[in-house]
Amino acid sequence: MAQANDHSARVAHDQIHQPPIRLYLVVWGWLFVLSTFSYLVDYLQFQGYLRWSLILLFMLLKAGLIIAVFMHMAWERLSLLYAILLPPAVVFVFLGIMIFESNYTLFTRLAFFATAP
Amino acid sequence: MARSEIADATVADSRPTRWRSIVTDWASDQRAFKQVSWGKAMMWIFLLSDTFIFSCFLLSYMTVRMSTTVEWPNPSEVFALHLFGRNIPLILIAIMTFVLITSSGTMAMAVNFAYRRDRRKTAILMLVTALLGAAFVGMQAFEWTKLIEEGVRPWENPWGAPQFGSTFFMITGFHGTHVTFGVIFLLIVARKVWRGDFDTGRRGFFTSRSGNYETVEITGLYWHFVDLVWVFIFAFFYLW
Repeated sequence: MAQANDHSARVAHDQIHQPPIRLYLVVWGWLFVLSTFSYLVDYLQFQGYLRWSLILLFMLLKAGLIIAVFMHMAWERLSLLYAILLPPAVVFVFLGIMIFESNYTLFTRLAFFATAP
Repeated sequence: MARSEIADATVADSRPTRWRSIVTDWASDQRAFKQVSWGKAMMWIFLLSDTFIFSCFLLSYMTVRMSTTVEWPNPSEVFALHLFGRNIPLILIAIMTFVLITSSGTMAMAVNFAYRRDRRKTAILMLVTALLGAAFVGMQAFEWTKLIEEGVRPWENPWGAPQFGSTFFMITGFHGTHVTFGVIFLLIVARKVWRGDFDTGRRGFFTSRSGNYETVEITGLYWHFVDLVWVFIFAFFYLW
């Protein structure tokens, strides 16, 4: 039974969307363009919030293209998609905790150690 | 009568709305991930766990960089190469990024050809992917050698905050290890494709089970993930 299920799953998978090669080439081209933009952010020496927001923007676009098209997430069932893509959201909680923690560490270092020669 | 009712219900449920499909999948008996083989589901779950590992590395990097009172070395200058008579910032890292993206492209096409049962093209594209991956690792070895010669150690470096070295070696080293294992993984699966194992049903050495062309897609998932992690390392470690 389990084997039959596996088999039917496989057949179903073969029949579902196999995107044309052209799509991969287009995405590949976009990844090249976005990487060039990321590099230009550094090359042109953008600073401050402009730099950080551009870095994040190009990073997220690249990550989205890779996950959606190259990793076929766009054609997977939603139950798998959410099971994989939602849990990393808790990293943001950790991020918040560590920002708080590093600010506190920096404060103590500046207050108690930075004056030493 | 009862049978046909059940059959009707299954037909009705086969194209449910977005949220309903998630609820029915997760509430169903035996398997939540319909139409997803255990191999693919397990690879995704492994990649999810790997996501947390790399997140922890990047978060610890953020923490030490935010909390140090010493200036952080400027990666744009640290990773510059002297080419054509001038210093080009970050150029090696940019080339490494393009190499890894190209390898992801060839891998995606290998998966496509695998499902079309084109053994020759699949194997060649996988070998190209492995070659590009090996080139990436080679460039990383060059980068490490250069930095070590310049005096970067996990506990000190000539330019600023000592944590720069430890986070650099930890993050890029762990990523490079992933790439290396990916190359080995690719070569093994490419050999299987070339030999026609997935057509003849030849049994695997470790598993004693016959594989199928989905193995190529699962290998691809791992490879794309390695590329994905590099996108984040490139953004946070090299560009930030």
